[in-house]
Amino acid sequence: MPDLLKQLADLLVYRWFGLRAGAHLADALDFFIYDVIKILLLLTAIIFVVSVIRSFFPPEKTRQILGRKRSWVGNILAALLGIVTPFCSCSAVPLFIGFLEAGIPLGVTLSFLISSPTVNEVALIMLLGLFGWKVAVLYIASGVGIAIVAGIILGQLKLERFVEEYVYQIKVGAADYVRPTFRQRATDAWAYTGEILKKVGPWVLVGVGAGALIHGYVPVNWLAKVAGRGNPFAVPIAVLIGVPLYSNAAGTIPIVQALTAKGVPIGTALALMMAVTALSLPEAIILRRVMKPRLLAIYFGVVALAIVFVGYLFNAVIR
Amino acid sequence: MEIRVLGIGCARCNELEKRVKDALAELGIAANVEHVTDLKEIAALGVLMTPGLVIDGKVASQGKVPSKDELKKLLGGGK
Repeated sequence: MPDLLKQLADLLVYRWFGLRAGAHLADALDFFIYDVIKILLLLTAIIFVVSVIRSFFPPEKTRQILGRKRSWVGNILAALLGIVTPFCSCSAVPLFIGFLEAGIPLGVTLSFLISSPTVNEVALIMLLGLFGWKVAVLYIASGVGIAIVAGIILGQLKLERFVEEYVYQIKVGAADYVRPTFRQRATDAWAYTGEILKKVGPWVLVGVGAGALIHGYVPVNWLAKVAGRGNPFAVPIAVLIGVPLYSNAAGTIPIVQALTAKGVPIGTALALMMAVTALSLPEAIILRRVMKPRLLAIYFGVVALAIVFVGYLFNAVIR
Repeated sequence: MEIRVLGIGCARCNELEKRVKDALAELGIAANVEHVTDLKEIAALGVLMTPGLVIDGKVASQGKVPSKDELKKLLGGGK
């Protein structure tokens, strides 16, 4: 399959456009076309499959599964379910309320809230396409790890009193859940795939374009010295820079690629990306509606520390 | 018909409201569309994922933005 795509890109660039192999521009263009087609195909296929799988895990079900579990096992399950339960960042608050109301411990609820944005399928596919399966697997493992560990720590801190009081007074009603037919699941998944592709499509072009330019032109520069292995503080600094920033996962991959191409270790670059996607100012503003400032600060602090830890781990594991 | 769009101000929620109004216009139904952002009300309806769509007090969809055709079916069936 990749060979076929490579041949297609070669055909387009060298045959139809008549560009000479070996020239900077031609090779960059060849690389660009190959990667864009590959990633768009991967995105379409994987998002569709993931959406169908997700339709079997509505939050209502997740809530029931987690309601019966206590800490530890609960945290692990919550982190895993966070990947497959569909929700967008604006649903974080109703989910938070719904989970606490069902008697799910705060730490377990937070494991769930952390894992979902941290392990992002679009980011995963782009990492897989641009860096290979090793980085992709480590990305999932570390995202789940962060969610479990941060949730357990937050659960131990007994922070329930810093949740806004009204949250515990809300009575969550029961909406009728109609089991969708398989046809309905497929239709929904297809519509969702279209929604996502429209949203991240331009970012894929920008990301791969940046990568192609780097591939063709950019030499290793001072960034390698400033943020390279020689600087032990590079990871925490990357996280500090990433937290206030907000972008979607597809938009941060070009940064990761640009940084690694210029000699920044993969762990440092990924720590920056995770800080951007998992923690952000808009998210803080949304969560402020249910969390008091103290809890919000501790939540961000613990997750940021976990990301720093994972950054160092990546740097140590991947050379 | 009473129609309520549940959301806390996200892009997908606004998209849903727009599509509902378009669908109503095409069906020629006059209905009151209200955008609910109050968390207590959203939770009381049992909606955990926004955007949610409530037609005459019943949750018709949640966590997705149905296509206009689907919306027409949902809205037309409630008559």
